[in-house]
Amino acid sequence: MLGLRKKDAGLLLLVTVLTVMAPVLLNPFPVDSAMAQFNAGYPDLMQRFVIFGIFAIGFNILFGLTGYLSFGHAAFLGVGSYATIWMMKLLTLNILPGIFMAIVFAALFAVMVGYISLRRSGIYFSILTLAFAQMSYALAYSVLTPITGGETGLQIKPTDTPLLANLEPGEIGRASLFGLEMSQSSIIRMGGWEFTLNVGYYVCAMAMILAFYMAIRIFRSPFGMMLRAVKSNQNRMYYTGLNARPYTLAAFVISGMYAGLAGGLMVAMDTQVGPERMFWTASGEVVLMTILGGAGTLIGPVLGAGMIKYMENIVSKINDQILHTWFAFLPDGLEDAVVAMIYPFVGKGWHLTLGLMFMAVVIFLPGGLLEGGDRIRNAFRRKRTGKEDTAKQRTPAE
Amino acid sequence: MGILEVKDVNKRFGGLQALGDVNLSVKENTVHAIIGPNGAGKSTLLNCLVGKLMPDTGSVMFAGQSVLGRKPYEINQMGISRVFQTPEIFGDLTVMENMMIPLLAKRDGSFRMHAYESVEDEKDLRGEAETMLTEVKLLDKQDMLGSSMSRGDKRRLEMAMCLIQRPKLLLLDEPTAGMARADTNNTIDLLKEIKEKRDITMCIIEHDMHVVFSLADRITVLAQGTPLVEDTPENIKGHPKVKEAYLGEAA
Repeated sequence: MLGLRKKDAGLLLLVTVLTVMAPVLLNPFPVDSAMAQFNAGYPDLMQRFVIFGIFAIGFNILFGLTGYLSFGHAAFLGVGSYATIWMMKLLTLNILPGIFMAIVFAALFAVMVGYISLRRSGIYFSILTLAFAQMSYALAYSVLTPITGGETGLQIKPTDTPLLANLEPGEIGRASLFGLEMSQSSIIRMGGWEFTLNVGYYVCAMAMILAFYMAIRIFRSPFGMMLRAVKSNQNRMYYTGLNARPYTLAAFVISGMYAGLAGGLMVAMDTQVGPERMFWTASGEVVLMTILGGAGTLIGPVLGAGMIKYMENIVSKINDQILHTWFAFLPDGLEDAVVAMIYPFVGKGWHLTLGLMFMAVVIFLPGGLLEGGDRIRNAFRRKRTGKEDTAKQRTPAE
Repeated sequence: MGILEVKDVNKRFGGLQALGDVNLSVKENTVHAIIGPNGAGKSTLLNCLVGKLMPDTGSVMFAGQSVLGRKPYEINQMGISRVFQTPEIFGDLTVMENMMIPLLAKRDGSFRMHAYESVEDEKDLRGEAETMLTEVKLLDKQDMLGSSMSRGDKRRLEMAMCLIQRPKLLLLDEPTAGMARADTNNTIDLLKEIKEKRDITMCIIEHDMHVVFSLADRITVLAQGTPLVEDTPENIKGHPKVKEAYLGEAA
């Protein structure tokens, strides 16, 4: 199907079904139940899942295949966001031209950063990319204020009159796709359950499925094989008549374009952007997502992105009052003790949980969460057939 | 005129004269061995041939073209392949993928952005790779990862990767270093077979006299960066200068 082998086609189908069904699958609890706060099926969060999924898929093409650890990918995210918001402010409220320009500008910026940074490898490459990203952040924050809006960033204002939009004077433009507004939703109520189907989410979901499909094609192509060769042995590559430099630069630019697409979609969903989008913690986050899910695997980065965004938005909302209501059935003293014990790991302390989880994954599952899944599956298979598994073990990224 | 012509090559590392006025001519379709004691400059010379080092003076011509100033991948594209002292293969890739990469490099040049095709669909190249793997007896290991193979297998794979590009000149840097006697003999047999089956010129750097004398058509003895003698194996064997260089005996 679509030029894919059976296994990859199955994976693509699975991802498609999961993303399309996400509004239902992520809302497993009735609205009025005590568990409702674990529901992640609201548009805002689901959009973030798939947008960061795209970002991580792209990052994985660079890091997972070539082993070059970029620490400045958020810069491309930011460049994409700024490009899109300017298109929406000046030209049209249709998101497509904006997203197209986001990809173009991210690509141009990636060519420049990559051309310089890829002269070095290993830690020096990481530091160079980090330097570029921090430089972009600092510039966006200060001297580039006329373009970036500085500290306050950019948002669509009543005074903005895009060329191709018929806005009433004073009306604030809203992002749309051929008249279909991104914020439109239809809510389906079934019994106690409530599912929100949002236009913006499905636009992002389509973009992610397409991005995932292209990533599969790249992984299975001769080009993808060459990228893995870069990671494996550059010396042999040079003595086999291959120039590793253009390969790594191409991978860098492709992953920059993915980041640009993600940045553009962010603006399409929520029409504002600030320089903090390029801050180094944002670059670090995508590294965490990729490693947590499994660098070099197809679906791992998407899982990692979902995991981190879920924790950031759901686990962080559990405060001490909620904990007290959960453990109200315990005797008073014990209740306080249990809450005091759990409290550091939830709410504002969710970073602690994430950190511990990340450490556990890196130490025990160097291939990421996907390796965990593989191990569980193999354990079951062994039990059934009573045979040792011969499956290849995932090799950790450097 | 040989296929490889080295003329008056000098290379200094600080105060050390690594190569002094090296002249070498490798004839087409012969096996030319370069021997010499440790520190004689054998590896330096080889590195000058493949673009890793730039000689201070002199010229290196391959098939009528200068290789000096070219990058290793350009020199490979001219038709020179190199086997390393410790096998250099793609450890994270399968044996089959290890074979596909040199084939693609040969067909598509040093860079091509074929990101939409599938490696699986390259049926012709796969067939070619399978033939070559059969020849080096690695076909049954084609799905193994390069890094999980034995050293002998890695060596054979590396040679297969070089040969499948049909190079005009194959450079071998101590192909039997660190091998057991049985493995060494296997390698010798493999190289002999290669030499018989195809038109190929080989240039071998080697310590092991047994290997050199069973393979080489001509031998150059290098000592302290300069060629002492160049002759046939029979004449080299009893040559007084060679004994002196190796054993320090007075001639």
